[in-house]
Amino acid sequence: MANEVCFRNMDQDRPWLLEHYRSRGGYEVLTKILREKIQPESIVNEVKASGLRGRGGAGFPTGLKWSFISRNAPGQKYVVCNSDEGEPGTFKDRDVLRYNPHQLIEGMVIAGYAIGATCGYNYIRGEFWEPYERFEAALEEARAAGFLGKDLLGSGFDFELYSHLGAGAYICGEETALLESIEGKKGQPRYKPPFPAHFGLYGRPTIINNTESLASIPVILEKGGEWFKQLGVENSGGSKLFSISGNIKNPGVFEIPLGTPFAELLEMAGGMKDGSKLKAVIPGGSSAPILPGDVMMQLTMDYDAIAKAGSMLGSGAVIVLDDSNCMVKVLERMSYFYHEESCGQCTPCREGTGWLYRVVKRIETGRGRPQDLALLDDMTTKIAGRTICALGDAAAMPVQGMLRHFRDEFEYHIKHKRCMVG
Amino acid sequence: MGFKNVPMSTAKPSEHKESLFSPQLRAEIDKWIAKYPPEWRQSAVMAALMLVQEENGGWLTVELMDKVAAYLDMAPIAVYEVASFYSMYERQPVGRHKICVCTNVSCMINGSDKVVEYLEKKIGVKLGQTSEDGRYTLKEVECLGACGGAPMFQIGKKYYENLTPELIDSILEGLE
Repeated sequence: MANEVCFRNMDQDRPWLLEHYRSRGGYEVLTKILREKIQPESIVNEVKASGLRGRGGAGFPTGLKWSFISRNAPGQKYVVCNSDEGEPGTFKDRDVLRYNPHQLIEGMVIAGYAIGATCGYNYIRGEFWEPYERFEAALEEARAAGFLGKDLLGSGFDFELYSHLGAGAYICGEETALLESIEGKKGQPRYKPPFPAHFGLYGRPTIINNTESLASIPVILEKGGEWFKQLGVENSGGSKLFSISGNIKNPGVFEIPLGTPFAELLEMAGGMKDGSKLKAVIPGGSSAPILPGDVMMQLTMDYDAIAKAGSMLGSGAVIVLDDSNCMVKVLERMSYFYHEESCGQCTPCREGTGWLYRVVKRIETGRGRPQDLALLDDMTTKIAGRTICALGDAAAMPVQGMLRHFRDEFEYHIKHKRCMVG
Repeated sequence: MGFKNVPMSTAKPSEHKESLFSPQLRAEIDKWIAKYPPEWRQSAVMAALMLVQEENGGWLTVELMDKVAAYLDMAPIAVYEVASFYSMYERQPVGRHKICVCTNVSCMINGSDKVVEYLEKKIGVKLGQTSEDGRYTLKEVECLGACGGAPMFQIGKKYYENLTPELIDSILEGLE
């Protein structure tokens, strides 16, 4: 049941080439839509029926997002793809861009057709040079074959698609910061509302979806929303790409149905490295609260199961930690990240992430004070929910997760000025 | 009352754009400008800065940023904001090869500390510094989205993954 959607072509030699993509039915869905002039509403309804939820991390239903755009509103509308993959632990969209760029292009053209947009941008993080070149080459091929440009396949529908390169900023993965960035500005998130569906790129109605979400569209429409939904479990339709890394034998990206037990995913990744013992797992990228290994071994990989355990599935970035890791050191590194990447717009995040980092650092370096854990608890509640975007929450959640499950290690560090492990 | 969104540029458009950059560089920047609506030339600022930086040996001077501003009809301050916000722009000279080492969680627990230590010893500089011969700059970066190949670093446009001391030696020897 693996590799059914975004990785359906992974067994091929050079799967990124147009002729290889077409040999698996690539662009047939788009061709059918254009030739038969399928009703845009029925496409949106099919995506809704699939239960596809945003694969970038927030998990918002994709079909619902599309339905917020009023298709017949006058003027330009835009389709934007978020390939600014930067959540620590996540490396799946890089593989979609490298190995299956045409499926993303097909998905974006279909999205444009469905919402009445004739232009799209794919925002690729600046460091991803190889994926960018792959995507650019695919754009050329698609243009030459008549899948991009004016009057696609004689249908009267135009769609042009461009890539935009980032230049190193985690915050641009936040959708409105990404739009600001395309507009040639600092990537600082906008207030919402208005949401991008009404006021997006260049002030025009815009849908913005993650790479994996958009690349899933052609297969959903080929096989049907119901088929996709049935791959997964209740509330978590479909299969999903999981990036699994850490202290494991064979890290990598695996496409598996949502609802697959974590234990199976771990086994696919070869299990723990050098026979070490599983200690903890960050199940959805570094913003997701950490969970103890024994808890994870009982869980399935879907939105509800992980949420019930007090964390989140996020982007499907699974970081596996063995028992040689000091949790204080791990948290220190994560807190440094959020401090470094805060855009500086909102005071609770700009100042608070610095405070979090400095307090965790002083515990790590043996200068912790007995009241520090209460101080950390308190600070997280003063950051989370008090900022324009979710980076404040993202900085607070790892701290809360660590203190919930590994408080004893922090207490030990403060008392003995050294690690409990190692 | 609706929301408005217009380019920030208030500067008087420069009339001598062809004198700002070489024809080749202008052609490259123009390819990016053509991707965006005509009134949004500034959307090309990120790409323009990257191209100009590359041609200048990996870093941006104030003079170059001013030229980018003039070329894109932007206020200079708007260009400085962009150049200082994104981490891939350098506003100080860098070495011929900028080694960007990821030290985020997945790399850290797979030994990025040792990679940094090895590089610091081999090149003779600390993170954030440039070697005296101008060959290398060592830079710590955040997650580059290649955690499956941890520990890893980027040099120029290329990713190098699953690093070991032997591999690092051969990578550095293979550079110009």
